[in-house]
Amino acid sequence: MLGLNSKDTMLLIVVAFLALAAPFLLNPFPTNSSLAQFNAGYPDLMQRFAIFGIFAIGFNILFGLTGYLSFGHAAFLGVGSYAAVWMFKLLSYNVIPAIILAVIVAGLFSVLIGYVSLRRSGIYFSILTLAFAQMSFALAYSVLSNPKFNLTNGETGLQVYGDDPQILHREGLPDVPHLFGWAMRDNFLELEVAGWEFTFNNGYYLCAVILLVVFYLAIRLFRSPFGLMLRAVKSNQQRLNYTGLNPKPYTLAAFIISGMYAGLAGGLLAAMDPLAGAERMQWTASGEVVLMTILGGAGTLIGPVLGAGFIKYFENIFSKINDNVLHQWFAFLPDGMEDFMVFIVHPFVGKGWHLTLGILFMLVVTFLPGGLVEGGQRIARLFRRRGKKTDTPDPEHHPKETPHVAE
Amino acid sequence: MGILEVKGVNKRFGGLQALGDVNLSVEENTVHAIIGPNGAGKSTLLNCLVGKLIPDTGSVMFDGRSVLGRTPYEINQMGISRVFQTPEIFGDLTVFENMVIPAFAKRDGAFRMHAFESVAREQDIVERAQQMLEEVNMLDKLHMHSASLSRGDKRRLEMAMCLLQEPRLLLLDEPTAGMARADTNNTIDLLKEIKQKRDITICIIEHDMHVVFSLADRITVLAQGSPLVEDSPENIRGNPKVREAYLGEAA
Repeated sequence: MLGLNSKDTMLLIVVAFLALAAPFLLNPFPTNSSLAQFNAGYPDLMQRFAIFGIFAIGFNILFGLTGYLSFGHAAFLGVGSYAAVWMFKLLSYNVIPAIILAVIVAGLFSVLIGYVSLRRSGIYFSILTLAFAQMSFALAYSVLSNPKFNLTNGETGLQVYGDDPQILHREGLPDVPHLFGWAMRDNFLELEVAGWEFTFNNGYYLCAVILLVVFYLAIRLFRSPFGLMLRAVKSNQQRLNYTGLNPKPYTLAAFIISGMYAGLAGGLLAAMDPLAGAERMQWTASGEVVLMTILGGAGTLIGPVLGAGFIKYFENIFSKINDNVLHQWFAFLPDGMEDFMVFIVHPFVGKGWHLTLGILFMLVVTFLPGGLVEGGQRIARLFRRRGKKTDTPDPEHHPKETPHVAE
Repeated sequence: MGILEVKGVNKRFGGLQALGDVNLSVEENTVHAIIGPNGAGKSTLLNCLVGKLIPDTGSVMFDGRSVLGRTPYEINQMGISRVFQTPEIFGDLTVFENMVIPAFAKRDGAFRMHAFESVAREQDIVERAQQMLEEVNMLDKLHMHSASLSRGDKRRLEMAMCLLQEPRLLLLDEPTAGMARADTNNTIDLLKEIKQKRDITICIIEHDMHVVFSLADRITVLAQGSPLVEDSPENIRGNPKVREAYLGEAA
């Protein structure tokens, strides 16, 4: 289907199901239950899952395939956001031109940064991208926000004001980002079934559809000769050179494509909430996408999306657990024990959610170097082995076949 | 006029004269061996031919065109393929993928943006890769991870990758270094077979005299960065100057 083999088609169908049914899948607990705080099926968070999924898929095209570790990808995300908000200010609140401009501007920006950074490889490449991203952050935060030339509105962040031109804005169109009148922040359906509540948000579904499109494009890229060349760059550049192939344009093209994915993610962030701030470009944001990709499984198709979801879930859910919630959890214990447990768990939740994330990251990287995807594979293998026990493979005499990239 | 003409090449690394006035002419469709003791400049010479090093003076012409100042991939696209001393293959990829890459390089040149097509659907490329693997008897290892191949198979794969591009000149850098006798003989047979099946010029750098005398039509002896003699294998065998270069004055 769609030019994919059966395995990839299955993968795409699974992802499509997960994305489109997310409002149900992420809200497994009834609204009134004590577990309701673990529900992630509210619009704001679901949008983030999809948007950062797109960001990570793009990052993985560069890092997962070529092995070039960029530490400055948040710069493209930020640039995309700024471009989108400028489109809102000048044209109208329609998200289509905003997203298109975000992708184009991020693409041009990545040509510039990629061309210079890719002159070096390894750690030097990472440092160069980091330097560029921090320069972009400084530009956005202060340099480009003086009264004479205010491109980014500095610390306050770029937003739409009442006196902005918005030349295509018409009477009757909503005064928030919309898709031909379909406001991003509105829900087209709110279901209440027994104790459950499901919210179907316009903005989320736009993000989900775009996620599916770019995921499909990523599958095609992974299976293409171009994708193969990128993996060859990672494997042995020397051999590639002596096989008559020039690695430079391949890596630059990968860099630009992943920059455009990041710009798309930035544009969507602005489309969901028309505000662009410099903090989106900070190095911590660049580091986050690296974590997402490695946590999920670098070089795999589905891994980055899983990683993005995992980290965003922790960021939003674990950070909301406060001492009151902890006291409720441990209420069954005797008083002294209860306080003691709260004291122990306290640093790992709420503001300390990074601590939990850090521990999980260490565990995953240590025991599952292939990320969450490898975890899934091991579980699948365990079940398969149980299925046919007599057919134990002999590693000595049947050399291991390469696992498919998508697994 | 040979297919490869090296004239007056000098290369100096600081105080060391690695190559001093090297002249070499490799005739088309022959096997030309370059031998010499350690430090004679064999590898330096080879690196000058493939664009890894640029000589200080002199010229290197391949098929009437200069290779100097060109990058390795440009020189490869001109028709020179190189096999390394330790096999250089794409270890993270399967044997099949390893073979497909040179096929694309041959068909599409140094760069082509084909990010939407599927490798599996490029019929001509897939067939070409399988055909070449069959020729080197590796079709059964098609989906194996190439890093898990034995050393001999890695060498075979690298050779097949080079041959798939139908180069006019194949450069071999000590293809049997560190190999057991049996593997060495296999490599000799493989090279003989390759030579038999197609019009190809082979330039081989080798330590092992057994390999050199079984394959070469022509031998150049390098000593201390300069060619000592160039002659047929029979004459080289008896040449006292060569014995001296290899075994020292006392011999």
